[in-house]
Amino acid sequence: MTDILIRADGLSVGFPIGGGIFRKDVLKAVNNVSVSIEKGSFFGLVGESGSGKTTLGRALLKAVPITEGHARYSDGEVDLDIASLEGPALKDYRKRAQLIFQDPYAALSPRMTVRDIIAEPLEVMGITRTREETDARVREIAAKCRLNLEHLRRFPHAFSGGQRQRISIARALVSGPQFIVADESVAALDVSIQADVLNLLKQIQSEMGLTFMFISHDLSVVAHTCDHVAVMYLGRLVETAPTRQLFAGPRHPYTRALFSAIPSLDPDDRGKAQKLTGEIPSPTNQPSGCKFHTRCPFAVDQCRAEEPQLEGDGSGHEVSCHRWKELMETVPA
Amino acid sequence: MNTLIDVQNLTLQFRTDEGLVTAVDNVSFTLDKGEVMGLVGESGSGKSVTAKALMHLNASNAVYSPDAKITLFTEDGPVDVLSLRKPAELKVVRGGAVSMIFQEPMASFAPAMTIGKQMIEQLQLHSDMSKAQARNLSVEMLDRVGISDAGKRIDQYAFELSGGMRQRAMIAMALSTKPKLLIADEPTTALDVTIQAQVIDLMKDLVDEFHMGIIFITHDLGVVAQTADRVNVMYLGRLIEEGPVREVIRTPKHPYTQGLIAALPKLEDLDAPLTPVPGDIPSPLERPPGCVFHTRCGQVVGAACSSVAPEELAIDDTHKVACHIYSEAGV
Repeated sequence: MTDILIRADGLSVGFPIGGGIFRKDVLKAVNNVSVSIEKGSFFGLVGESGSGKTTLGRALLKAVPITEGHARYSDGEVDLDIASLEGPALKDYRKRAQLIFQDPYAALSPRMTVRDIIAEPLEVMGITRTREETDARVREIAAKCRLNLEHLRRFPHAFSGGQRQRISIARALVSGPQFIVADESVAALDVSIQADVLNLLKQIQSEMGLTFMFISHDLSVVAHTCDHVAVMYLGRLVETAPTRQLFAGPRHPYTRALFSAIPSLDPDDRGKAQKLTGEIPSPTNQPSGCKFHTRCPFAVDQCRAEEPQLEGDGSGHEVSCHRWKELMETVPA
Repeated sequence: MNTLIDVQNLTLQFRTDEGLVTAVDNVSFTLDKGEVMGLVGESGSGKSVTAKALMHLNASNAVYSPDAKITLFTEDGPVDVLSLRKPAELKVVRGGAVSMIFQEPMASFAPAMTIGKQMIEQLQLHSDMSKAQARNLSVEMLDRVGISDAGKRIDQYAFELSGGMRQRAMIAMALSTKPKLLIADEPTTALDVTIQAQVIDLMKDLVDEFHMGIIFITHDLGVVAQTADRVNVMYLGRLIEEGPVREVIRTPKHPYTQGLIAALPKLEDLDAPLTPVPGDIPSPLERPPGCVFHTRCGQVVGAACSSVAPEELAIDDTHKVACHIYSEAGV
């Protein structure tokens, strides 16, 4: 059994959205999610906008407050309860868990040199004591991200999207974290550059033994980088499985529809995709029963009344659908 | 004659503080009526600038080359797009015979006007419809693009609609003037895959129904494969390959097109390594001499690549490529 680095149990994140003095409305962006992320793995989180994937990632970094449930981080050195972290323990967790943002154009201060951008976490967190020590650490990390000394003296505007994303990665890595959340980190990049950044992330992960949570809406990118994938819909996990298993036999009708909606590179596949009608409902006005029933072509009365729970088959593949077994037999993927 | 728009020798530069920046370099192509052309390229390739040139919509610091010529064939005869100056003349390429759908539907609707008011305003500008007629047509168009309860939705503001719905409303608005040419600039990029599939289907239905030409600008080759009849591939302002969609995607000739297709993560083969196109896209301020792609090309054939810009060569009747590999091999 491999070690679990992050274990979330019944995790929910709610945001207050108005209401009155006596009534408080809460938007539940993440609802009762349980996940375990193995140490040294590349964990993928997919879903449409509004599915809560970013909020889940941030909750695990304690960048948004966890309103219900638990999340634990244990890397062998420390064992932390993420929801209740504060003071020095929270500062310590910040060194251990880091975030890489989506947009490399917005994430880097235009007024700082690349060296200062990468060095900032070291100085803020008090990791290095002298300037020499800081410089040595910055150079070491920069080299890992294929940035040379010349690059360190320049400002971010002089770099292309791929190079900027490498700077963002270097900044996230400099404090020596164990856990990194990469939120749509290649979505803003051009196709020819995207593969380069993905390869770099994979290489760093295996060299440094890091654990990644890779949040993406792009299933083909997730398929190529992640070991394990979780699919979210309207704040809930609907399916989770080892990558190969998931792509070989998706069980949830939503996962199947997502796969089918990826535009195929074969011009002769036109019109073959099974189409999902409608759009993701608003999280303030959630459907009863299974949250997906409003768009599911296979929904029956049970789906409208009763919310399905994640059920597994012992192979690590879990799905929350009342009818998945029946559908696997009767409806070809 | 079946040609809808004819672009010849389009070179477009922008005057900036750092000097003249070339965005489009000697691009020529034609589009037939009822044809869907995919215009593919990465950021900085000049695809959006090319499309905007068709509507004479580039910023005032744009400099067109003297021999650049864009001809739009309308029912009232050919229009020389680049010679249009007055707003009244420009109407034909700006919402009249040519319409455009933009990438970010939230940014393309005025936030403080209802969807309906904007749709009616443009209809009245381009036709002699009464307000009531324009409203009826707008409701009908919203209904056509699959917006339920169109009579009510028309009085809502853009922020009240979801992303997919906004993009549908954008399409309804662009099509309500019955344009002959629709330019769609990354119309599905900001949408989720499931909604993207719906919008692509909708656009295909509408092409069949209205029989218009579409220029579909995208960086997503999958989207192109599912929509376009022909593909033009651009890199750093040059048109480097063009041909029927099947040929370009199945047997790409230009090393850049080959690299672009190889860089895509494929779902059929999860073991295949991801192969990026090496290097970064050069800044438009430092355009490489010769073939603009030679700095990243793995198949450089000789000194010509870094000194002489390759001419477009015909591989067959419809498939063309601008690359020295084929000129020196004598294909």
